[in-house]
Amino acid sequence: MDLFIAIFTGTIIAATPLIFAALGELVVEKSGVLNLGIEGMMLVGAAVGVWVSYAGLPMPLAIMSAAAAGALASLLFGVLALTFLTNQYAAGLSLTIFGTGVSAFIGKGFGSAPIDALIPLEIPFLTEIPVIGPLFFNYDPLVYFSFIMFGLISWFLYKTKAGLVVRTIGESPESSHAIGYPVIKIRYLAVMFGGAMAGLGGAYLSLAYTPLWVENMTAGKGWISLALVVFAAWRPARVLFGAWLFGSMTILQLQGQALGISLPSEVLSSLPYIATIVVLVVISKNWQFLALNFPTSLAKPFRPAE
Amino acid sequence: MPSFREIQEELPNVLETNMTPRLELRHICKRYPGVIANDDVSLSIMPGEIHAVLGENGAGKSTLMKIIYGAIRADEGEMVFDGNPIASHGPSVSRALGIEMVYQHFALFESVSVVENIALSVSGKFDLTALANRVRDVSKKYGLPIDPHRFVYNLSVGERQRVEIVRCLMQKPKLLILDEPTSVLTPQAVIKLFETLRQLAAEGCSILYISHKLDEVQVLCDSATVLRNGLITGTAKPKQSTPIELARMMVGADLPETHLDPSTTSDTPFLNVNHLTAPSDNPFGISLNDVLLSVFGGEVVGIAGVSGNGQAELISFLSGEVLFKGADTITLGGKDVGQLDAGYRREQGLAFVPEERLGRGAVPPHHLSDNAMLTGHRLGMVKNWMIQRGKANDFAAQIIRKFNVKTTGYESAANSLSGGNLQKFIVGREIELGPKVLIISQPTWGVDVGAAAFIRQALIDLSRTGAAVLIISEELDELFEVCDRLYVICQGQLSKSLDRKNTNVEEVGLLMTGLNNNSNSDNSKAF
Amino acid sequence: MRFQIDRRAEPSSFMRFAAPVYATFSTLVVSSIMFALLGHNPADTLFAFFITPLMTINGISEWLLKASPLILIGCGLAIGFRANVWNIGAEGQLVIGAVCASGVGLFYPAPESALLLPLMVIAGMAGGMVWAAIPAFLRARMNTNEILVTLMMTYIATLLLSLLVHGPWRDPDGYNYPQTALLPDAAMFELFDPMYRLNTSILITVVAVFAMWFFTERSFFGYKMSVGGAAPLAARYAGFKQSGSIWMGLLISGGLAGIAGMAEAAGPLGQLSAQISPGYGFAAIIVAFIGRLHAVGIVLGGLLLSLLYLGGESVQLSLGLPSALTSIFQGMLLFFLLASDFLIFYRFTPSPKPTKGGVT
Repeated sequence: MDLFIAIFTGTIIAATPLIFAALGELVVEKSGVLNLGIEGMMLVGAAVGVWVSYAGLPMPLAIMSAAAAGALASLLFGVLALTFLTNQYAAGLSLTIFGTGVSAFIGKGFGSAPIDALIPLEIPFLTEIPVIGPLFFNYDPLVYFSFIMFGLISWFLYKTKAGLVVRTIGESPESSHAIGYPVIKIRYLAVMFGGAMAGLGGAYLSLAYTPLWVENMTAGKGWISLALVVFAAWRPARVLFGAWLFGSMTILQLQGQALGISLPSEVLSSLPYIATIVVLVVISKNWQFLALNFPTSLAKPFRPAE
Repeated sequence: MPSFREIQEELPNVLETNMTPRLELRHICKRYPGVIANDDVSLSIMPGEIHAVLGENGAGKSTLMKIIYGAIRADEGEMVFDGNPIASHGPSVSRALGIEMVYQHFALFESVSVVENIALSVSGKFDLTALANRVRDVSKKYGLPIDPHRFVYNLSVGERQRVEIVRCLMQKPKLLILDEPTSVLTPQAVIKLFETLRQLAAEGCSILYISHKLDEVQVLCDSATVLRNGLITGTAKPKQSTPIELARMMVGADLPETHLDPSTTSDTPFLNVNHLTAPSDNPFGISLNDVLLSVFGGEVVGIAGVSGNGQAELISFLSGEVLFKGADTITLGGKDVGQLDAGYRREQGLAFVPEERLGRGAVPPHHLSDNAMLTGHRLGMVKNWMIQRGKANDFAAQIIRKFNVKTTGYESAANSLSGGNLQKFIVGREIELGPKVLIISQPTWGVDVGAAAFIRQALIDLSRTGAAVLIISEELDELFEVCDRLYVICQGQLSKSLDRKNTNVEEVGLLMTGLNNNSNSDNSKAF
Repeated sequence: MRFQIDRRAEPSSFMRFAAPVYATFSTLVVSSIMFALLGHNPADTLFAFFITPLMTINGISEWLLKASPLILIGCGLAIGFRANVWNIGAEGQLVIGAVCASGVGLFYPAPESALLLPLMVIAGMAGGMVWAAIPAFLRARMNTNEILVTLMMTYIATLLLSLLVHGPWRDPDGYNYPQTALLPDAAMFELFDPMYRLNTSILITVVAVFAMWFFTERSFFGYKMSVGGAAPLAARYAGFKQSGSIWMGLLISGGLAGIAGMAEAAGPLGQLSAQISPGYGFAAIIVAFIGRLHAVGIVLGGLLLSLLYLGGESVQLSLGLPSALTSIFQGMLLFFLLASDFLIFYRFTPSPKPTKGGVT
């Protein structure tokens, strides 16, 4: 039973950074923009979070700084993709490279001094319940926040006019512009939101998950988040499901010994990446299923005709 | 069903000469690199007036409408609405003033429902249920009923236009702009539309009606402004002018006529489609049902139909861009080609001019020599896997010369040519390949009248050399001018073959609305 | 004075050449500011970054040595990018190429044989091609996006390398470092001069550059691939198979990346270790873009990026600046280049003053 609890909670925790980053990118892509720079933004968020924490400032400030840093970093991509109409793949890659470098730069000299990490919240009474307690009520605030964001984003996209505007911009920015919506402004906002979420995801890694800074500590989670959005067929609920799937892969690696798996650690470490490929293959074969939710204008540069 | 004549006689005339004009345009100019789209255009419209803006493709009508609507900024000039000058403009300003526009290519979102689409254009609280009720009421009032909860991708093109119009009507517009609204309608639906517009005008709404179809303008409109090459060449009262006078203002000369020599057709069909049934795997597509079609050498065959009835799917199967699994369903010169892609079919003597020029018929950033190679490479331009640049240049030059393509040379990029010139180039390229079968979709869409006549004659001439020519077009007039035989496509089904001499626009129009007992399929489901 | 953005009637050829220059210049300006903020004299730092490395013959040798794999991989990637085939996993293909070649080098029964080096080249190329063939198959047959697959494969490749050099291939005399034994002499590229590390593998790069130019400018297949990249519907219309472009794009870039990996192992490193490449596979992407996907540009871009690597090391040693600077410069350079590209197709013109009661 303890093993089951460990795997369950471990999965939720491992999935949290993916949920942040993938939900953020989902909103961005729904508006028709493809940002490949998630890895860079997550790393920037992770580094900034640690930086602020080391400076002795309180944890909430560190988390907010990380989100702000992610949003700021995303502007690099935004300017290229939305104002200069660059190929969005190349623009996203430049953000990844730049963000990786900047995070390493900030992180130099952190050493491995321990961070005042984000610890699980003790909810009076609820945490005490046997079994249910540790399964559902023993997480740090960011985990709960990720679920709140899931609810907010779902409501926003499908129940509000603003969300409808975002979705229809993703289908046809030309038509949106013809109606009179400021397509470029809205896309900038979406991109920055995605950046803030990616920054949060990165901060979760460095402040809660493995509370320390290591260069390139995201180890591909940004790319996996991108795959998650495709796997989710651009629907928020499926992002959660996919994130849990990948979280469980990560846990397999950590709990491998306890589960009696005796493969070399590198093999276990490669499971998330192999799983990503498998998932992509399966989902891409069934293009008809994706077509209804696919934002038709995805990654195509848009310039309002004057 | 009332005829055009009968409606014409019933027209109420609400023009009053002492009122303030609803809209005044004064000296509007708009320039693009290389062309003046609108050159010192001035006009004025009274409340309740139905005003046509006539002109051929490329005359500057759409640009002018977009300026009125605020989607584009004019370089010079001013606009005055109900006596008040418009200081700064944009689509939201238009809506506030009561100007609404139904675009030629609709600004509707397929992935959401009708009511959600309309919600995007109305301000106020986001309440879909209340809005849906209003949609039902307005649409019924004007005789264009629609179900607000249907998803747009499920709607036919005609139904989508209805949604657009209802959306405009819900705003109680003072000025309604319609850009080529009848190109997507069957003749019967056109009559219905005119009734709605009459009702609107009687309520005091001004209507700007953009078209190049003289007969419709004569029936519907009180007055007309004629544009040619960005300039106003005249104004008229359509009911008091003859078509020839209007045409002269539009074109500057008498309309050229095509001549059809008689011809003998081949014994066996060059292109044959035998019971083609293909369910669509795409939620936005049309399924094809038991299509039977044959085109013989030496004749021009047309497929009439409003776009969105399966033409795109059928054409992709014929061109080889989409493969078909059934055996002996699509044959070229007797050979089964269903499983062969476009390259192989071209080797069998097929040539094809698609509806989309940039991006499908031509590669936009490539120059004309490269674009000539796109399908012309079989004419000796490739040796030992290397490009023979000289031969490609010569072929491009030959096309440019023979088809009067206005360009600086074969080094210019495809996307620097005007739409009409690019179409001449692509048509020229495909004809110069010397094909046995030429398929061409919307041959003169967006092309000026002189070039259009040239292209139509070239198609006829090609068939008279023995080739089989298949034209898919929305323009009934064009098909009646050029074709020997006609089919009609509707909802993925093809009618029986009609001899042009033995049919007329009304019969074809009826078939465009529904094929019930005329389809040549054995499967006689009524729908 | 308000400005508006207008599309040019014809793309500006001047800007095609000027854009990389603008980009480099902007990068220099911004980096000068960065240096100043970090408390270093910008002029001195830039000098240490860009000029000092080139002042000795050893420096020139290192410059060419690092440029060679960048250019080699860049050529391959550019062929793919032109066809809209996005191989982001050249790093992984490089690693697998190094692994396969080292495997041959370490375990070939005749370590003195003159065949050893050519066999290793072939093994490196084959390894890279096989690693790229998987994403090619998945894209061509199953419509799976190759950006994500090639990236995932890179992580897997790095893990595989780690597994090998920590485990079965680890040098027993190597003090437990994650590296293999040194490759035999016959497995190594010959040095031009025993004092410097530049070796004959650069000749492979030279040949590749010419081959790439020929392929993209003169061959019909290259033309077909560029149609596929510029207008995929036109390619289908003309009967050009998309799968051909996908396979070619991925296999060529994978093979060249594999050879580059092999050349690292059989060149400056002399063995297979956990750190086989300082990110050449990713830097080559920037090289391809800076070089505007043309052979000559790629050569220049490779030389520039190689200089960035050297400069980073140089200022780390002499001024104590962190090595992460190199990544930052690479990112900045790519950013400014992409921004400058905008001016090829568009230009800024002053907005006309609004007329009285008018529409503008």
